[in-house]
Amino acid sequence: MVESKHQWKAWLYLSPCLILLLVFTVWPIINTVRMAFLEDYSGLKAAGGQVFSFGFGNFTKVIQYKKFLSCLKNTVLLCVITVPISTFLALLIAVCLNSIKALQKVLQTIFFLPYVTNSIAIGMVFAAMFNMVGSFYGTENELIVTAGIINNVIEFFGGHAINWINYGSSYAANMTVMVVYIVWNALPFKILVLLGGLQGINRQYYDAARVDGTSRRRIFSRITVPLLSPMLAYVVITGFIGGFKEYTSIVGIFGEGMGPADDAGRLNTMVGFIYDALATNSQGRASAAALILFAIILVVTLINMQVSKKKVHY
Amino acid sequence: MKVELQHVTKVFPSRNKKSEEEVVAVNDFTFTIPDGKLVGLLGPSGCGKSTTLYMICGLQKPSGGKIFFGEDDVTDLPPENRGVGLVFQNYALYPHMTVRQNIMFPLQNLKGTDKLTKEEMLERTLGAAKLVQIDNLLDRKPSELSGGQQQRVAIARALVKMPRVLLLDEPLSNLDARLRLQTREEIKRIQQKTGITTVFVTHDQEEAMSISDMIVVMKLGVIQQIGRPQEVYDDPVNLFVARFLGTPPVNVFTGAIRDGYLYVGEDKLLPVGDLPDTEVYVGIRPEGFIPQADGPLRCHLNNVEVMGRDVSVVSTHPASVNPTVRSIVNADIPVDTSAETIRYAIKPHKLLVFDRETEKRIYLGSEGK
Repeated sequence: MVESKHQWKAWLYLSPCLILLLVFTVWPIINTVRMAFLEDYSGLKAAGGQVFSFGFGNFTKVIQYKKFLSCLKNTVLLCVITVPISTFLALLIAVCLNSIKALQKVLQTIFFLPYVTNSIAIGMVFAAMFNMVGSFYGTENELIVTAGIINNVIEFFGGHAINWINYGSSYAANMTVMVVYIVWNALPFKILVLLGGLQGINRQYYDAARVDGTSRRRIFSRITVPLLSPMLAYVVITGFIGGFKEYTSIVGIFGEGMGPADDAGRLNTMVGFIYDALATNSQGRASAAALILFAIILVVTLINMQVSKKKVHY
Repeated sequence: MKVELQHVTKVFPSRNKKSEEEVVAVNDFTFTIPDGKLVGLLGPSGCGKSTTLYMICGLQKPSGGKIFFGEDDVTDLPPENRGVGLVFQNYALYPHMTVRQNIMFPLQNLKGTDKLTKEEMLERTLGAAKLVQIDNLLDRKPSELSGGQQQRVAIARALVKMPRVLLLDEPLSNLDARLRLQTREEIKRIQQKTGITTVFVTHDQEEAMSISDMIVVMKLGVIQQIGRPQEVYDDPVNLFVARFLGTPPVNVFTGAIRDGYLYVGEDKLLPVGDLPDTEVYVGIRPEGFIPQADGPLRCHLNNVEVMGRDVSVVSTHPASVNPTVRSIVNADIPVDTSAETIRYAIKPHKLLVFDRETEKRIYLGSEGK
C-alpha cells in the first residue's frame, strides 16, 4: 500500500489523464444530460444570454419528428439484418480459415484488409460499383452510359440493370446496398476475433471427438460453437453497439445527402439525426436524441448479456 | 482383443526443408499385446511412447508396418472405426457439458443399427459412471471436479462405448502423489473388472511396474526390452534398462574383468569363471548390499538415513559413476555410523555387469542365457 503521506504523489501522476478524462469525457456527458433537459436549448441563444427552463420538451419533440422515426427505423433495420448475417459469415469464414494450412496467413491478411481501409474510401468504391451514369432522370428514352461492375455482371448473365443508389432508386435497393456494404465492412474484425477464439480451442477436444466417431456437423454444433460462445457473444454485442452508431457507411455511399438524389435523408440514421440537429444549432434536441440512442443501446446490450448468460458456456 | 504391431515405424518429416534430418519417432516396433492384459509403454520423454499409442488409436498413421486388432488389419482404419477408447493426458473433457453429457457423448454418435434409445444411453452412462464410482457427480461440470474425479470421468467416457482396446496417455501425470497411488490401483481394478485390453503410456517406471502385466521399455524410438515388470527389473538386457527401472536407481560403477575376477575400481569383487578380460560397468541394486566387516567392496561412509524397516546408507566409492552409492539394508543389521569406511558383500543376483562399449549385459556364470 502507498503510505498516506505519499498519496498526493499518486494523484499527481494520475492528474494528466484524469484532467483529460474530465474535460473531454465526463463533462460532455454531464453537459449532454443538462442540455437535453433544458427546453429548446440552443448554443447560440445561450451565448446571447437566454435562460432556458427545465423540462422534457426536447424528448417529446424528437419523438414526434417524422424524420426521427424514419432514422430509428433505418438504424434498427440495418442492425437486425446485418449483425446476424455478418456474424454467421464470419463464423463460417473463420472455421474455414482455421481448417486450411496452405495460404492461411495470406487469406487472413486479405480478409483483414477492409479493417485498415478508410470506410469513406470503401464507401466510394462501393458507390462506384453500384453506380449508373447516364440520363435516367425520369425522362423517356433513358440512356445509361456506363454502369458499375455489379450491373455489368447482372447484365452479363442476362439480367436487367438495377438502379441501386441513383436518382429514382427504390428503398429496398438502397437498403440492399447498405446491408452488403456493412456486412462486408464488419467481417474482418469478427473473423479476427473468432479465428483467435478457434485457435485457442485445445486440439485435443477434436481428437477426442474423432476417436468417438463424431460427425463433422456435430463437432461444429456441439463442440466448436459452444467453446466459441464467449467470442460469439462478444462479437454480437459489439456488433449491435456498432450497428446503432451506423453513419459513416451511409455517408460513404450516398454522400451527406444520406439518400438518393431524389429523396435525401431517406437512409438517415440516429447518429445522422443528431448531427443534423447540431447543424441547426438545436443542441437540446441533439442531446435528447443522443440520450434516447444511449438508452436503446443500453437496453439491447442488457438483453444480449442476459441471453448470453444462458447460452454462453462457462 | 489382442493387439499386434508388425514393424511399425513412424517418421516425422523435418520441419525445415534445408536440413534434411527426419525424426524417426518409432523405429521398427514389433510386439504383441495379449488379450485382456494391462500393458505399460515406458520410457523417457521423446522415446516414441505417445506416438506408438496414437498409432494404435489411429490418430496418427504409421509410416510403415501394420497394426492388427485380433485378426483385423486396422492400419488404415480411422480411429472411429477401430473401437478404441482413449483417455488423454489432460483428459480433454468438454468443459461446457456436464459429466453425464460428457460420458453420453460417444453414445450419441452411434449410427444405424448401433443407435441406442435415450433410455439405453442413460443406462449405459450410469453403468460406466458406477464402474468408476462417480455416479453421484453426474450433474456437475468438469470445472467443479478434482483432478482425480476428472480422470475417472475421462475413463468412463472412454469405456462407455465398450471399446475393444482402452488407451491411456500418461494417465497419472496430472495427479498429486497421493491420488496417483489411489488412481493406479483404480485403473488396475477397472481393467481387471472389464477385461479390456489396456495400453498406457508413462515415463514413471514405478507406475508402470506397479500395475502392468507387461511393460515395454523404449528409448529414442527403439524398443529395449519387453516382459513382465519383475523380469525386466531382475534381468535387464542393457545398462539403460537397468538404470531406468528401480527407485532408488541402480548403483553403477566402472569396473573390469581381469584374470577371471570382477573388479570394481581396486576392489576384487568375485570370480567370474572364464570370461575374457574386458572393461565393464557394474550395476548393483540398492538392495544387493550386505554390510560385512570383511566384505570386498570398500566405500567411504557419508551418512545413514533411517526409514523404519530399512536404513538407507549413503556412501561414496572412487569408481562410482553416480555421485553417491546408495544401499538399502535391513535395519536389523547394525551399521557403525561413526566409522569412516563401510564394507559390503554383494548379493550375486543383484549384481549386473555390462560391456563398457556396447552397454549390453554380460551374463556371469550360471545365469547366462
